[in-house]
Amino acid sequence: MGLAVPPFSLSNSAGTDISFPSGRESLVCFVKEDCPTCREVMPVLCALQRTLGAALDVHIVGQTAEGNEILETEFSPPQPLLDDSDLKVSFASDIDTVPTLFWSDADGAPRRTLIGFVRDEWRALADELGGSADVDWDALPEWRPGCGSKSVDPAISERLRAESENSPLRARRIDIGTQDDEFEFMFDQGFSDGLPLVPPTPERVMRMLAGTRRDPQEVLAVMPPNMGEVTVEKAAINAVMAGCKPEYMPVINTIVQAICTDEYNIHGVMATTMGASPVVVVNGPVREKIGMNMKLGALGQGNRANATIGRAVRLLIRNVGGAEPGGTERSTLGNPMKFTLCFAEWEERNPWTPLHVERGFEAEDSVVTVFTMTSGPTLIVDQESRSAGQLAGTMGLCLEAAFNPKAHYATDCLLVVVPEHVDTLMRDGYTKADLRRRIQEVTARPIRDLVADDVSGAGFKQEMAANMDEEALDKRLPKFRTDEDIHIVVAGSEAGKFSGAFHGWATGEIGSISVSRKIDEL
Amino acid sequence: MPTILDPTDERVPVTRTITPRPAEITGNVAFLDISKPRGNVLIDRLEELLTERLPGVTFNRYAKPTFTKPAPEDLRQQIQADNDFVIEALAD
Repeated sequence: MGLAVPPFSLSNSAGTDISFPSGRESLVCFVKEDCPTCREVMPVLCALQRTLGAALDVHIVGQTAEGNEILETEFSPPQPLLDDSDLKVSFASDIDTVPTLFWSDADGAPRRTLIGFVRDEWRALADELGGSADVDWDALPEWRPGCGSKSVDPAISERLRAESENSPLRARRIDIGTQDDEFEFMFDQGFSDGLPLVPPTPERVMRMLAGTRRDPQEVLAVMPPNMGEVTVEKAAINAVMAGCKPEYMPVINTIVQAICTDEYNIHGVMATTMGASPVVVVNGPVREKIGMNMKLGALGQGNRANATIGRAVRLLIRNVGGAEPGGTERSTLGNPMKFTLCFAEWEERNPWTPLHVERGFEAEDSVVTVFTMTSGPTLIVDQESRSAGQLAGTMGLCLEAAFNPKAHYATDCLLVVVPEHVDTLMRDGYTKADLRRRIQEVTARPIRDLVADDVSGAGFKQEMAANMDEEALDKRLPKFRTDEDIHIVVAGSEAGKFSGAFHGWATGEIGSISVSRKIDEL
Repeated sequence: MPTILDPTDERVPVTRTITPRPAEITGNVAFLDISKPRGNVLIDRLEELLTERLPGVTFNRYAKPTFTKPAPEDLRQQIQADNDFVIEALAD
């Protein structure tokens, strides 16, 4: 039994401060007024105060101020109840149950602890101390379990943990003036992406931290551009603000680690004038565990996990990374996907290998993959094609618009194939490799078609083309430098022949390379 | 009074003093191309003009591996060690 009463000083209803330990042996019993067992033991505690009060301290510690008043009125204890309505002593004593009775020596060291009410135990203790004279033991029940201590009430235990001496929280506490509106205050401080935030109170952050096994002070990553340290605690604070549930934390932690790699290059993704932003794809069992949407409207609004995980990451980039629009975030037009963009792949509707398995993970692993988008989802509307070759051809033609139609070898893409399109492709037994090959085939253009002209000044420079021979000008370039630049996932509802594509940013070493990372704390 | 936890990195920026501006350009001048398209065109022209005007000055050319990432530490140190001035071509 590790329970013990810590040294304390509590006021009683007469306004006197009572200290523990006092240099005398003591009995300290925690009670709350609305607990039937506490009411059963109140006459016993009163009797112990009367008979033992001269020899040892007998303290009745009540957990609510109003309840203490009621108990004093009803039971008239010889000594007033001690007020632990802020529950700090109850919390520090680590009790789960009221009544809990501590017998301690003169130095406050625990001798015996009785939880709930077991008549024989209470009687034995009272007999041992010589305090049974005034108690009608036979009138009492043999056993009562007691009630939950108010200090473990889920509604307030996080606050108590946050305020305790060994609180895991280290972030600066900001007191918002009573005249301030807390929501307006957070806007004013620049914490927001432009939408209201959930106030990250210590108790909410404590609840969020319960969703991860990581130490709150573990540094997940150093985040550009300010090279701010993203601790698990900071991730939890921003997750609270974004509206996350605690069970999303392992996903958020892993996304942070994935984007803060040299390959992914979140610095460039945020700084570019192109309006780039991360797209997060989640694979594996965690999708179901946290209720992510991968079906109807997977890329849209309405699902808390999808919406708030993406938003939490964006808030971290802003608040810890320091990427603020107009500061180091220099996007010309911006992009609504910069608020949030996270969805799950519908692996079960995918006849091919799901994204994470294709990228080297086990099917049962939960994995996040981050891709950098600059546009999209652009719809690929094809309700007419009945063969795989036709449909994949449409997809290629649509993808040719990425950046601009003359920009070949310039970027990559994330193709989100919807179930009806999957069925059309599977009618002819298309593999992912077939789909990629067909896209490259229909987008391949001779270089002479990609040279700047009167219609569009984009593409190959005319001076460069002037130095090329006919054979070189006839060389055909597909849209993408390699087939691997076409990332493919399956999502969306069963109805509708409208796939989607995210166009990438500068691809490869020069810019951003997609990164996949296993969620290893699950 | 509601209390919230600070969501930022809590860093207070350090105020830095700008290096004093000399009255004239002497010694070595670095041209840093961040590797955006046509940054080299800008720097070529600048070098041509400045070489005419500043015959006693040595110009050194440098380039970042990619414009999307901060300059590597080694490159920054090399530029600092070998030069008195830097001219950076930022973008296309």
